[in-house]
Amino acid sequence: MSEVSLTIDDKDIIVQEGMTILEAARSVGIDDIPTLCYHEALAPYGACRLCTVEITSRGKSKLVASCTYPVEEGLEVNTRSDVVIAARKVLIEMLLARTPHAKIIQDLAEEYGLKETRFKVDRPEELCILCGLCARFCEEVIGASAITFAERGIDREITVLPEITAEACIGCGACAKVCPTGLITLEDIYGRKVLHSEAGLGPSTPIYVPFMYAVPAVPVIDHDTCIHFKTGGCKLCERFCEVEAINHEMEDEYEEIEVGSIIVATGFQQFDPSAITQYGYGRYDNVITGLEFERMSNASGATGGNILLADGTEPKSVAILHCIGSRDKNYHEYCSRVCCMYSLKYSHLLGEKIPDVDIYQMYIDLRCFGKGYEEFYNRLQEEGVNFIRGRAGEVTNVAETPEERGKLIVLVEDTLIGRQRRIPVDMVILSVALEPQADAEEIARLVNISRSADGFFLERHPKLEPISTATDGVFVVGCCQGPKDIPDTVAQASAGAARALAMISKGRVEIEAAISVVDEELCSGCKTCIPLCPYSAISFGEEKKVSVINEALCKGCGTCAAACPSGAITSRHFTTEQIMSQIEGVLV
Amino acid sequence: MAKLKLALYWAASCGGCDVAVLDVNEKILDVAEIADIVLWPIALDFKYHHVEAMEDNAIDVCLFNGAVRNSEQEKIARLLRDKSKTMVAFGSCACFGGIPALGNFTNRAEIFERAYVEAPSNDNPGRTFPQTMTQVDGNELELPEFFDTVLTLAQVVDVEYFIPGCPPPVDLILKVVDALATGQLPPPGAVIASDKTLCDECDRKKEEKKITKIYRPHEIIPDPERCLLEQGIICCGPATRGGCGLRCIKANMPCRGCFGPPAGVVDQGAKLVSAIASIYQAESDEEIARMVKEIVDPAGTLYRFGLADSLLRRKRMPLAKAPSAVARPLVEVIGR
Amino acid sequence: MSFEPKIVGLLCNWCSYAGADLAGTSRKKYAPNVRVVRVMCSGRVEPTFVVKALQSGADGVLICGCHPGDCHYIEGNHKAARRIPLLKKMLAQLGIEEERVRLEWVSASEGDRFASIVDEMTEQIRELGPFNPNGGGQDG
Repeated sequence: MSEVSLTIDDKDIIVQEGMTILEAARSVGIDDIPTLCYHEALAPYGACRLCTVEITSRGKSKLVASCTYPVEEGLEVNTRSDVVIAARKVLIEMLLARTPHAKIIQDLAEEYGLKETRFKVDRPEELCILCGLCARFCEEVIGASAITFAERGIDREITVLPEITAEACIGCGACAKVCPTGLITLEDIYGRKVLHSEAGLGPSTPIYVPFMYAVPAVPVIDHDTCIHFKTGGCKLCERFCEVEAINHEMEDEYEEIEVGSIIVATGFQQFDPSAITQYGYGRYDNVITGLEFERMSNASGATGGNILLADGTEPKSVAILHCIGSRDKNYHEYCSRVCCMYSLKYSHLLGEKIPDVDIYQMYIDLRCFGKGYEEFYNRLQEEGVNFIRGRAGEVTNVAETPEERGKLIVLVEDTLIGRQRRIPVDMVILSVALEPQADAEEIARLVNISRSADGFFLERHPKLEPISTATDGVFVVGCCQGPKDIPDTVAQASAGAARALAMISKGRVEIEAAISVVDEELCSGCKTCIPLCPYSAISFGEEKKVSVINEALCKGCGTCAAACPSGAITSRHFTTEQIMSQIEGVLV
Repeated sequence: MAKLKLALYWAASCGGCDVAVLDVNEKILDVAEIADIVLWPIALDFKYHHVEAMEDNAIDVCLFNGAVRNSEQEKIARLLRDKSKTMVAFGSCACFGGIPALGNFTNRAEIFERAYVEAPSNDNPGRTFPQTMTQVDGNELELPEFFDTVLTLAQVVDVEYFIPGCPPPVDLILKVVDALATGQLPPPGAVIASDKTLCDECDRKKEEKKITKIYRPHEIIPDPERCLLEQGIICCGPATRGGCGLRCIKANMPCRGCFGPPAGVVDQGAKLVSAIASIYQAESDEEIARMVKEIVDPAGTLYRFGLADSLLRRKRMPLAKAPSAVARPLVEVIGR
Repeated sequence: MSFEPKIVGLLCNWCSYAGADLAGTSRKKYAPNVRVVRVMCSGRVEPTFVVKALQSGADGVLICGCHPGDCHYIEGNHKAARRIPLLKKMLAQLGIEEERVRLEWVSASEGDRFASIVDEMTEQIRELGPFNPNGGGQDG
């Protein structure tokens, strides 16, 4: 591409051929050419004419729309000459007459020193300035063409054709986002309540960084919501990425990697408290889970670390309910271990962030088992947190007294004083159980390990082998083995890494001694054993017409030995003679 | 060299083993050359008292065929044992119980009821049964006692050699005769047959042992080139000693196990259950139930010749008192 | 007069033996009538073992393996699932009650289940009576 030299506002610049004057100006930092119908992602339209500039070429001057006029060699451009300003003022007056209440037009008027318009105001409530951004975006970028211009002249309008739009509109909200006057809005007609637009707490753009401090801190495209995959259009992100890092055509790659050991660290999932309907999660805006509170409290979170109710105000009273889904015969009988401590932590955080907040902890037991934990609990008692010993029974918004109105009321039996209580609060935090991931069964089958009764992966021995599993070389660490807090997880993870490294550094693996062996003298080549081996350890030796077992592959299950009709296969250390002797022995 | 003294006796037997001996045809003359037969009820006129008169170990070899299922057979088995140096269990009945051992699915009471009362051709309203002692015209008539349980020879007396087969094939008989003549006998307890199973000598094509249906032999005409078991027909060959010359297989019929289990197998029927169930492709409960249904008579099919020799030996019947036959525990039998 | 059944248990090392172990470490109280013989996999259990157990004086045989799909050796238990029903049909023909041979799936975490299976089977066999290894019939 060749270069063009021109002058903008007495500044000599050199730009690529093909650029418009507006693009050229913005590329060198001249940002004050106003536009209404221009968008980087769209083809220039030249509808609003606000970007008018004065160009002088070969001695002749004229006014042109900078958004459409291409740069020329030797062009002289003036973006703020008197002629230009005067022209813009007229335009703005006209716009004021069309949409007197559009904020963006009012701002422009103020910038150009206009207080009123001399033109007749047809419809004061009009907000559409006919910039066409919505229609053009929907067509050129999204590819849906659900919203369009219609009619001509003074009847020109932006409209939808219901039969077509009902099918074509994908609800992406692009039109609402680009509309400069706010005429187009996106409405949540299904009443889905969302608190915050982060970490699964609300909608986010299809291309997003999962959360701040994600590792790696690169965005990822959600295939299911990305507009390109719906309509074939958009791909704006790719267009604007300067390092060309985005590729919508990336395919999943399947790699086969041979490894000697596997560490399973697949973590846990949160129990979904909407199953326990009496706590109102999902029904009441201000009933949230511990993890949601954690994100809210985080300085890099959606609220900047402020604890806010759904309406944006600060809660004055908070109830923290322990054992939601844990220690519960109906859901999980086990204790999730970490919730007591994080519940106490929240009390402390709340106290720091909201002075004079009333905090209630509804607990069954307080499990403060670690270093400094019990001391922390004592401190909280001194900080004035209210501890109520009783698992909360219900959260309701039905007020029985004037004080309860507008609040969430926690019904709990306070077993220390032996009375039922109603505690009105602004916010309820549910300390939910940690449970195994939904795909735990699949993973267990994949790497051939078992699960304990609670669904977490089973360690080889509850005391002596908490990392290894029944399958050599497969280790389980972290919460996938059972609920645990960070220090314990780190310890387990270190242990898992150490075990794997030990295997690697040894350089050899000891093969199981208890394997099966074929006696060639007895094998008659009937081939009964061959399809039985799940490890394909048995093959047929054509020369001697007998079965042969590969020592390295045989795991010693003995299935072949049991099936062999001629008794030619011996399962070492579990021979037929040995087992028969044991049977005789136990019956003495 | 003095001629060998040879005795042949038939107990619970069909007579086929004796016919098999005769089947050596002209080679019988070779036998006559090396041996004097001192007892052979089917062919010669020697009586029990001739045997009783002999010294112990006077007989060199006794070829005993047939299972032991009454007191006379037991008595003669013991008598011949005393009078013989070498006792040979000749034929599947003596070795394993054979077809008569299928009587171990029942007992004397049921057999007598069927034979003397229920059978359609009977007319016995008075329910007259044979007795061991009866007075007839002032004389005492003694009949052998009928046992509840059929026994193998080795369950009654010590046995040196076993020649399996129903009947043993001619060439095997000749091999034994030859060995006897030359004195080159295998160690006592040996089974004079192949050490491997029938599959070793079977020349049918073996591809993959996976079946999805079991057929009874009459339900299909099997491919004579392919392994019968792979075609879904229960062939006991994989758990049966070889050495019979594939007599049944060559007739496109499955092996029925008359040569008994190979050395490594202590219960032929149980091993066959294991092998057949292992190769049958069935995962769901319905498929497994179908497999079980398709095998119409597992005990009869898989213990056809060896019920008396199996670990359980017989069907459990409601007990009145201790069994009447004195059966020797398996471990005491020589060579097993 | 009740007798104490002798039941031989053939338990697979990874799941059912560990499950039985768990019943022990959990201090569960249950009938002591099952005498356990450990095998690596329920697929190692051959019908011969069951028959041998009965012939050697057992009144019942309990075979336990991993749940289908969870076998430590992938599918050894599938083979056991086929062999035992066929064996039981054959044993029925030999006059042996089907309650005397039982195949169950017990996982490493099912100590309770193992204990209740043992209790149940012990009572069932107590009601059936002793198994007579010599069989025999009635003298008519």
